[in-house]
Amino acid sequence: MLLYVIRRLLTAIPTLFVIVTLAFFLIRVAPGGPFNQERGLSPEIRANLEAQFGLNDPLWLQYFNYLKNLLHGNFGPSYNLPDFTVGELFAKGLPISIQIGAAALILAVLVGSTLGIIAALNQNRIGDYAVIATATAGSTIPTFVIAPVIQLLFGLTWHLLPIGGWNDGAFLNKIGPVLTLALPQIAIVARLMRGSMIESLRSHHIRTARALGLSGWSVVVKHALRGAMLPIISYAGPAAAALLTGSIIVETIFAIPGVGRYFVDAALNRDYTLVMGTVVVIAIFTILFNLIVDILYAFADPRVRYD
Amino acid sequence: MEKPAEPILSVKDLHVRFRTLDGEVHAVKGINLHVNAGETVAIVGESGSGKSQTMMAAMKLLASNGEATGSVDYRGRNLLALTKSELNAVRGRKITMIFQEPMTSLDPLYTIGNQLMEPIRRHRRLSAAEARKEALRLLELVKIPDPERRMRSYPYEMSGGQRQRVMIAMALANNPDILIADEPTTALDVTVQAQILELLAELQRTLGMAIVFITHDLGIVRRFADRVYVMRYGEIVEEGSTEALFSAPKEAYTKMLLAAEPTGRKAPPPDTAPILLDGRNVEVVFRIGGGLLAGPPLLLRAVDCISLALRKGQTIGIVGESGSGKSTLGRALLRLLPSEGAIRFDTHDISKADREQMRPLRREMQLVFQDPFGSLSPRMTIGQVITEGLLVHEPGLSAKERDRRAVEALNEVGLDPAMRNRYAHEFSGGQRQRIAIARAMILKPKVVVLDEPTSALDRSVQKQIVDLLRKLQADHELSYLFISHDLAVVRAMADYIIVMKQGKIVEEGPTEEIFDNPREVYTQTLMAAAIDVTRFRVA
Repeated sequence: MLLYVIRRLLTAIPTLFVIVTLAFFLIRVAPGGPFNQERGLSPEIRANLEAQFGLNDPLWLQYFNYLKNLLHGNFGPSYNLPDFTVGELFAKGLPISIQIGAAALILAVLVGSTLGIIAALNQNRIGDYAVIATATAGSTIPTFVIAPVIQLLFGLTWHLLPIGGWNDGAFLNKIGPVLTLALPQIAIVARLMRGSMIESLRSHHIRTARALGLSGWSVVVKHALRGAMLPIISYAGPAAAALLTGSIIVETIFAIPGVGRYFVDAALNRDYTLVMGTVVVIAIFTILFNLIVDILYAFADPRVRYD
Repeated sequence: MEKPAEPILSVKDLHVRFRTLDGEVHAVKGINLHVNAGETVAIVGESGSGKSQTMMAAMKLLASNGEATGSVDYRGRNLLALTKSELNAVRGRKITMIFQEPMTSLDPLYTIGNQLMEPIRRHRRLSAAEARKEALRLLELVKIPDPERRMRSYPYEMSGGQRQRVMIAMALANNPDILIADEPTTALDVTVQAQILELLAELQRTLGMAIVFITHDLGIVRRFADRVYVMRYGEIVEEGSTEALFSAPKEAYTKMLLAAEPTGRKAPPPDTAPILLDGRNVEVVFRIGGGLLAGPPLLLRAVDCISLALRKGQTIGIVGESGSGKSTLGRALLRLLPSEGAIRFDTHDISKADREQMRPLRREMQLVFQDPFGSLSPRMTIGQVITEGLLVHEPGLSAKERDRRAVEALNEVGLDPAMRNRYAHEFSGGQRQRIAIARAMILKPKVVVLDEPTSALDRSVQKQIVDLLRKLQADHELSYLFISHDLAVVRAMADYIIVMKQGKIVEEGPTEEIFDNPREVYTQTLMAAAIDVTRFRVA
């Protein structure tokens, strides 16, 4: 197992390299650069800036300089937020995004799984229809609708929650964004769990368990649920990577200083280093969580062996 | 044998209905049956007769769209009227069940020990340590070697026969009154079948429970059952003691079932018949795993240096248990798999022939598969399915001419040509296998590899397919390579037999010689197992 993990981590290096290379050249293929804004800078200032950041060097030199810095853990300066390096921006924003994302993920898996199980046990009855109808609605309403509704109801009308802001991570400030992030995920997990649980309940070994007179609890939780969890684990990995790296919509609407907004902002502003930083961070999270999923799989299913 | 004639289970006016999208299916139509203490009762019938659903209903294990009415009395209590917890005090303790699918009937995620201890602890409230001791005793009882180690094994680490032994151990964990065995050996190899049946018989002698055998296999019935119920279309057609039923069946359906064993022998072709398919030292090696970082792959020699020569008009039966490499050999000889060694077809050396070179020869070398449900495209009409080969091999044919050939081929396999515009799902298993044969025959092949063509079919249908294959062979001087684990069918089809084990030929020779005088130990066990089961065959 340890050998397997080491091997996976080693294969992550070339993967990351390919991702970095592709991203580096792709963003530069897009027209414009970090310093052509609408209200243009004077040509002299722009030339100075570009010279300072090495943007006049040949592309291959820029590429190798970037790689060299990256290997030293240096993501470079941000072009549009000149007071900060990309590293500093992530050091500040990433923990915030992770807090919100992790809470949303845990909520989604717990609530989603529970709803899914309830639906599966009541297949084609009222409980099932209720869950599925809610889940379908939940996954079709976009977050940019849910978020303002939460702000309106809980913040403005009932004065239960602050409307927005981070407030140094106060508990009440997190509820709105976490709920908004979690709701669509709850819907997805519930549907996934329902399907996989129904299939699991139909399997032959469940029939065996019933024929042996095992209690309903043992049949459902010990035998059906464990098998049904496998697809949820597969889904939760990539979902975790996406949730933990922040969401632009939620962070913008609730005014949360996370990293989700960098992804879009940086790309629009051609903030090359920040784009690259975001890409590297998301790639690392994705690789890491896929690895975690595979490791969890080996624990959940004895037939999966890595050696 | 003295047995108290006290019914412990009686089924009265049992109906089972399923709600489906096509309306209600009435699977069991008001049947009555009973089981006495300690006796063995067989419920016999072909697929779809409702024999399994009867017992599933009694155990309240019907699918969620199924509904049972009537009564199933166990020692005076109607099981159908019990609450869940009352029922669970009976299921697994007084009445237990083992199933047809040993590969999937155990939970893949828990160890054997864990699963075996569960019903013991549940019904007898033993401590973990006591339950463990009990589980070990049960594993010894069902003759699992090295039970200490097996307690820690997962189901995937065990063979089908061993899993079925574990299932039996679980079912017998609480000394039940009644064991319901739903086709317990159907999915197993013949030698394993015999062992499992022997084990069940022995356990019944020592433990004294009643056994209800649900089966389509009359050999098992004849050998084990005291009484028999014959079911068809959800009704009991005939019932009686095993002796009475086998010696003097009253109903036409029972008579037909009893006579359904394929019979007759095939004479070998003359020695002057030319050799059509000639394999010399054929080898197929599978590479498993391996890669840049994973080290060298595991090599599996599925077919290990096998030579055979198939003459015109000959049928070579290839016999062996699952995993013996018999199907792989068939595919290798048709060049559907890369192989080592020399293969000649007719006058062509096809040892190294690629797809392009094989294409013109394909029409003369056809293949029929085991699974009549998976091997026909569900999106094409039967006419399209069987004429598809003509598009490749006789592209010049007009649509009208192709249609004429389809009619001809369907007539030949005994199907009404008017059905050629229907789709595969509208046909029964036996009809589908006829369609698969028509698809091969329409190309007028010389060699046909038949890979377990009758294994998925009911006995009575098997017999029809065997008769059809023999007629086609006689009419067209076909050569067959008949791959099967079913010795009764092989005996009726083949004039020469090759016995395979682990990729190698164990023994070969003319059919009668192999059956009457097997030399190798493996062949003997194979024969003994098969003949034991079919010992009381009614000729």
